[in-house]
Amino acid sequence: MNRPTHWDENKTLEFVSFIAGEQSFCIEITQIREIRRWTPVTALPHADKAVLGVINLRGAVIPIVDLTEQLSLGASKPTERHVVIVVTLGDQTVGLLVDAVSEILAIDVESICDAPAISRGTSGDCILGLVSVDDEMSRILALETILPQALDDAA
Amino acid sequence: MPIDNLKDMFFAECEELLEQLSEGLEAMEAGEADAETVNAVFRAVHSIKGTAGAFGFAHLVGFTHHFETVLDLIRSEQLTAELDTMRLMLRSSDVLSDLVEYARSRPDEQPANMEATKAALVAICDEAGAATAEPPSIAKQSATDAAEAAMFEPVAFEPSALDTLAGLELPQGKARYEVTFTPEDKFFSSGHDFERLLSELGKLGDFTCLADTSKFPHLENFDPAMCYLTWVFEIETEATAAEVLDAFMFLEDFCSIRELSMPPMASGLPPLDLDTGKNEGLALAAPSVVPEVSGATNSNAGQTSTPKVSPSTVAVASPNQGKPEKSSGAVAAKGPMLRVDPERVDRLINTVGELIINQAVISQRIVASGLDNNSDLMGDLDDFQHLAREIQESVMAIRAQPVKPLFQRMQRIVRETVEALGKDVVLATEGENTEVDKTLVERLADPLTHMIRNAIDHGIETTENRASSGKSPHGTIRLSAAHRSGHVQIEIADDGAGVNRSKVFEKAVERGLIEADAKLSDAEIDNLLFLPGFSTASEVTNLSGRGVGMDVVRTAISQLGGRVAINSTPGQGTVFTISMPLTLAVMDGMVVEIANETMVVPLSSIVETIRPEVNDIHNIGPNGKLLSIRDAFVPVVGLATMLGLANEDCDPVDGVLVLVRSDADELVALSVDDIADQRQVVIKSLEGNYGAIPGISAATILGDGRVALIIDTESILNKIGRKGNDSSGSKETANEPADALG
Repeated sequence: MNRPTHWDENKTLEFVSFIAGEQSFCIEITQIREIRRWTPVTALPHADKAVLGVINLRGAVIPIVDLTEQLSLGASKPTERHVVIVVTLGDQTVGLLVDAVSEILAIDVESICDAPAISRGTSGDCILGLVSVDDEMSRILALETILPQALDDAA
Repeated sequence: MPIDNLKDMFFAECEELLEQLSEGLEAMEAGEADAETVNAVFRAVHSIKGTAGAFGFAHLVGFTHHFETVLDLIRSEQLTAELDTMRLMLRSSDVLSDLVEYARSRPDEQPANMEATKAALVAICDEAGAATAEPPSIAKQSATDAAEAAMFEPVAFEPSALDTLAGLELPQGKARYEVTFTPEDKFFSSGHDFERLLSELGKLGDFTCLADTSKFPHLENFDPAMCYLTWVFEIETEATAAEVLDAFMFLEDFCSIRELSMPPMASGLPPLDLDTGKNEGLALAAPSVVPEVSGATNSNAGQTSTPKVSPSTVAVASPNQGKPEKSSGAVAAKGPMLRVDPERVDRLINTVGELIINQAVISQRIVASGLDNNSDLMGDLDDFQHLAREIQESVMAIRAQPVKPLFQRMQRIVRETVEALGKDVVLATEGENTEVDKTLVERLADPLTHMIRNAIDHGIETTENRASSGKSPHGTIRLSAAHRSGHVQIEIADDGAGVNRSKVFEKAVERGLIEADAKLSDAEIDNLLFLPGFSTASEVTNLSGRGVGMDVVRTAISQLGGRVAINSTPGQGTVFTISMPLTLAVMDGMVVEIANETMVVPLSSIVETIRPEVNDIHNIGPNGKLLSIRDAFVPVVGLATMLGLANEDCDPVDGVLVLVRSDADELVALSVDDIADQRQVVIKSLEGNYGAIPGISAATILGDGRVALIIDTESILNKIGRKGNDSSGSKETANEPADALG
């Protein structure tokens, strides 16, 4: 997967790491608009399984995507303890349902590894790169691959 | 000052002027024009030409020059505005508005019919025996000016020999600009130097300078640190407008510049009037001391410094000219208009939408808290509700625009279509001042164009046919707009032959749209026109039968939340009625419960709601159900399964049936669990963040802050299939959020 153009070799970028389906992921902090508690959603007809529904984010209607379902890690059963990370990509604003948010990481771009070819598969395609944090591995999500795609096939 | 800003202002101004122009021309055509209207028309063209010259729009200047010449002949009554002439004038105004559009978007091209129209203008001039000059390319300004000067001579003033600077001949390559410079009060204290400005200007060419001292206070109020003056420079130079403005470095914002399209004093008129009236006001308002300051660096200019342009001259000249002065008063009375970036208005509308939702949330919370209904807080809440509603209405009113410009565009469509088809049709408009949301005005243009063309092409008979059926030889299309109970109703009525039902029926059979033995009522046949892929014109004319039928019109209108209906009387004509919501931002809806979800059904499509008895429901097929109501059978659609919200619909007898009427006049009963409320909802698009959903048109936010989906009744009806024909093409769900992903 091609790296974003602003990832210069000698830059340090900030990422927010979080847990979904017992795995650690992270998203660049600039793509995150806010993090909020899970609230009940309004279900959408004919929606993809991973699209739980829409919520009212201060007047904007945004869809909520179950990240584990989207990454084929099994569906979540959202509870009050779950967290929604609201991300923006271009003009699109979407909420991602995750288990818990962990911390903010400062990562040197040169320390980011490309995802090895072996992981290419359904969910492997969603990984932009890998970083190691305290002996653990965190996966950098490629947002554009996990946002809902208008469900043309359902229409 | 960035030249682009100036250009934007110019185009905004042009729009207004073009509107005045076409309004005036229509009045002239109808024979209702007094001399004042003719003057206004002339001035509109003249102003466009003047400013266009300053920006170097050569095509625009060239064309307006001839247009203006002919208008001037009409104005001075050397040419009578007969029918043919008026047609040419109207066509010219069409070309002119094209030219302005071209100048804005693709300055290198020119509209196809420009040369022909220009030639016609020149021909009519020659006929009237007037001197016409070559179109003034910017470089050949002098020739134009000379010609114009000659043209203006018949006006009662003698050229003055004293006007050396403003002599009839302008040297090649030079242009004359008028710069009005109104410095801010703090002009001196912020360190600016008027002398420097004069010397800068002097480097560019000869100029004269006129100071307006009307703002000068009485001596007791005089503050020596303040600047009370407005200067008007007239400069003759090889430099461009931008270069002239450069001389006003850092002060550009206080300047306005225009190219003078005629020698300022050539006809003895004061240099500052003649077109816009703006400067005339200035001259008239000037008190008895209007000193003329000569250019400091130029001896030639020094000679021109004469007391000639004194208030007395102005005072004499203006009443003589009479009419323009009156009109400038009329323009002023209209009051200044505010130009606002539409985006700002949209932002305001959005925020007010939030306010309304928020207010609903608060009131719901307060009610839930069990407060006494008579408590002060409840009273305050009511006031708050009223205020919020009022704010919303006023904000919506900002976006509201009269349909007039839209109707004027239709006049043009009629002219062009009539010309191409050789029919004799006039368009009569009513209710032009009806106000509708700006977006609606814009998005109605295409469907209306199509319908008007259709009416002329298919509706109105040929002149011979009309004569033989005893009708007046020229057909009439009536285009009217009116407010009807929270909606806008637009009618397009022609006095043609009406729908040829047997032909329509035949065609529909031929196209496989209906069975040959189908029994259809007259209204049903008329509605066949709206089916996709239907076109009655036996030969495809290049005007209306482009394979786009009335189905496209219907789709476009239903996308705007409107409906279109047809009503035809054989031999007397056809009436199309478009009914539209006033705004796209809010709508009235019925809040219903479906499978534990709350949804909204647009009130505009609801006919009635029914709690059916067991006897009213009849099974048909394995799952189908029919509702019998007043001797008719209406299909029942379970919304829960249709929208994939549940595996099974509730029994209609336990719930409520919402009867909705489709655009095609079919009734369907939507089965829902319960009806919760009826209220105004703010429409929130789903498409930006998610995408289009079949069966759902948008979302809204309810009083409890939760999202409710708005049901798209039309697409639901499409889904259950109408009359067995495939209407898949009429509803597009082609929204691509993938675009947003880049």
